[in-house]
Amino acid sequence: MTEVLPETKSGGTGGGALLEVENLQVEFHTRAGVAKAVNGVTYSVNAGETLAVLGESGSGKSVTAQTIMGILDIPPGKIVGGEIRFRGTDLLKLPEDERRKVRGEGIAMIFQDALSALNPVFPVGWQIAEMFRMHRGMSRADAKKKAVELMDRVRIPAAKDRVSDYPHQFSGGMRQRIMIAMSIALDPEVLIADEPTTALDVTVQAQIMELLAELQRESNMGLILITHDLGVVADVADKIAVMYGGRIVENASVHDLYRNPAHPYTKGLLESIPRVDLKGQELYAIKGMPPNLLDMPTGCAFNPRCPYRQEKCVTDVPPLHTISGTRGSACHFWREVLDGDAQ
Amino acid sequence: MATPSEVVLEVRDLVKHFPLTQGILYRRQIGAIKAVDGVSFDLHRGETLGIVGESGCGKSTLAKLLMALEKPTSGKVLVNGKDIAAAKGSELKHMRRNIQMVMQDPYTSLNPRMTVGDIVGEPFEIHQGVAPKGDRRKRVQELLEVVGLNPDHINRYPHQFSGGQRQRIGIARGLALQPEIIICDEPVSALDVSIQAQVMNLLDSLQKEFNLAYIFIAHDLSVVRHISDRVAVMYLGKMVEVGKDSDIYDRPSHPYTQALLSAVPVPDPEGREQRERIILKGDPPSPANPPSGCRFRTRCWKAQDICAEQEPLLEIRPKSGDHPSACHFAESEDVVHVN
Repeated sequence: MTEVLPETKSGGTGGGALLEVENLQVEFHTRAGVAKAVNGVTYSVNAGETLAVLGESGSGKSVTAQTIMGILDIPPGKIVGGEIRFRGTDLLKLPEDERRKVRGEGIAMIFQDALSALNPVFPVGWQIAEMFRMHRGMSRADAKKKAVELMDRVRIPAAKDRVSDYPHQFSGGMRQRIMIAMSIALDPEVLIADEPTTALDVTVQAQIMELLAELQRESNMGLILITHDLGVVADVADKIAVMYGGRIVENASVHDLYRNPAHPYTKGLLESIPRVDLKGQELYAIKGMPPNLLDMPTGCAFNPRCPYRQEKCVTDVPPLHTISGTRGSACHFWREVLDGDAQ
Repeated sequence: MATPSEVVLEVRDLVKHFPLTQGILYRRQIGAIKAVDGVSFDLHRGETLGIVGESGCGKSTLAKLLMALEKPTSGKVLVNGKDIAAAKGSELKHMRRNIQMVMQDPYTSLNPRMTVGDIVGEPFEIHQGVAPKGDRRKRVQELLEVVGLNPDHINRYPHQFSGGQRQRIGIARGLALQPEIIICDEPVSALDVSIQAQVMNLLDSLQKEFNLAYIFIAHDLSVVRHISDRVAVMYLGKMVEVGKDSDIYDRPSHPYTQALLSAVPVPDPEGREQRERIILKGDPPSPANPPSGCRFRTRCWKAQDICAEQEPLLEIRPKSGDHPSACHFAESEDVVHVN
């Protein structure tokens, strides 16, 4: 594989992006208090484009995705504000039966752990075929035929013989392929992949990422890739949204972000990657630990760990400053970060 | 390690087969999972040997064998010249003081009902001779300080700590008996990216301070390169290539090592369109029924008839570039610069 990316094509939606999330806010009401898991997240993805959402556990990246899909558990979750526009329509205002049509046909999702996402008591072919029976009203026999076609398309060897096998009879990589087959069954326009390769070995990860890239090229899907792996992001993303403590802290094209990060958190992450020329030396480490959502620091959520911290950071929440075009950084001192002089 | 030093751990032809049985009343063996199938290596004092490989290649079984938590089918594990696999009773207990382990998942490897003081102090409870009773609390506090935790938190429970801090507790427990060898089985893979570097730095500084030898098992190749002096690559229970970190990363000669390295995504988008990548077909075969000859041949692009007939030995080959490689057609090649 020499190339993973299709050229970015503009989404044919007349003006706005294919999928836009604007100022989304999601809270969880727990006994210990209110956790603001998503606190004003804005991002968008176009047809054929790959958006990587980068963040650690608890940064709100998966909750945002679940809210887009409409699979967030409410309660304890609660959508406090914001819009999710798909082809211009706000999904949050749609009644459930219309929302259901978008799910699968408009926007589909792949989960991290294929073994727990698949139903262990039904054959995989039956589970893929369910998409056609439910959404397209196909007969059992026709739906099964389509399931075999899809299993072929995601390159499961001997698909015809394996259509009646159960999830436990497949390896991890093959199970992830089955999940992908289910998600692309109805030709969705946007595919959300939530850590699709985290549970897999690197050689299998390479296979799955290649498959996703190919499917994207064929059908010009918009892809939202949720991950914490800086390597995977560098390989496939067109643009990146970095999340920290429920907010987007940096928005950038992939080349800008790796070349010159504009937020101290992004910068810290990139610097803490082990590099050959720094072998034997101490690694740069971001001090401290990710914030507790029930007890967020005042001002900027990153301030207790930040080398650029000043008084303003403890008192004022930094807005997402526009640096140029689509580039943004939620840091009061983004200019200093870009210039690279840490205090 | 620049200077060759004393060997603290010698592993010779280590084999572990787990029997596969059939029948309830008359259990009979119908085969075996060949988890570890003839592994040999030396570990020197103060050195780090990284072990990489995919899941199912036998990395963790190897760790358990070294800890004498599993009995090997055959082969030797010599700790300072004595075979830990053959030791029993008080002798085994004594030898275990010298070789300790840090587990992968700090959420399940710490007992939630025990305080940090009890967890870190438990080794002293088992090995009574190491620290006198009245001294233990102080020793535990010292250990907590060494791994960068607040000694006043000795009475807290694991759930009051974050993932990175829990891993530090696990490391403190591993250090308690002042071992010479620590086996780290995926010590950072369960941690958040921003925390991994902290734990890596801690392991590094502890090694320098106490002259520890590490066996560092991980699947993240850049992490392994950073910490290791030598790296061994495993595939289906066998070592396919061993060498200094630069041998393995810059001059890999076994096709599997090359494929593994090229599959690792490089955290740098520059030039990604030109990057060549070897994509292996299929999944690793089952260790219950490994292919004849070379075990990698079913996924290998260099495979020829000889690969099915003759098992390639791990030895220095004409084109393997000064380090042993278990491939008939070993040829060192810089596949990719893994940073």
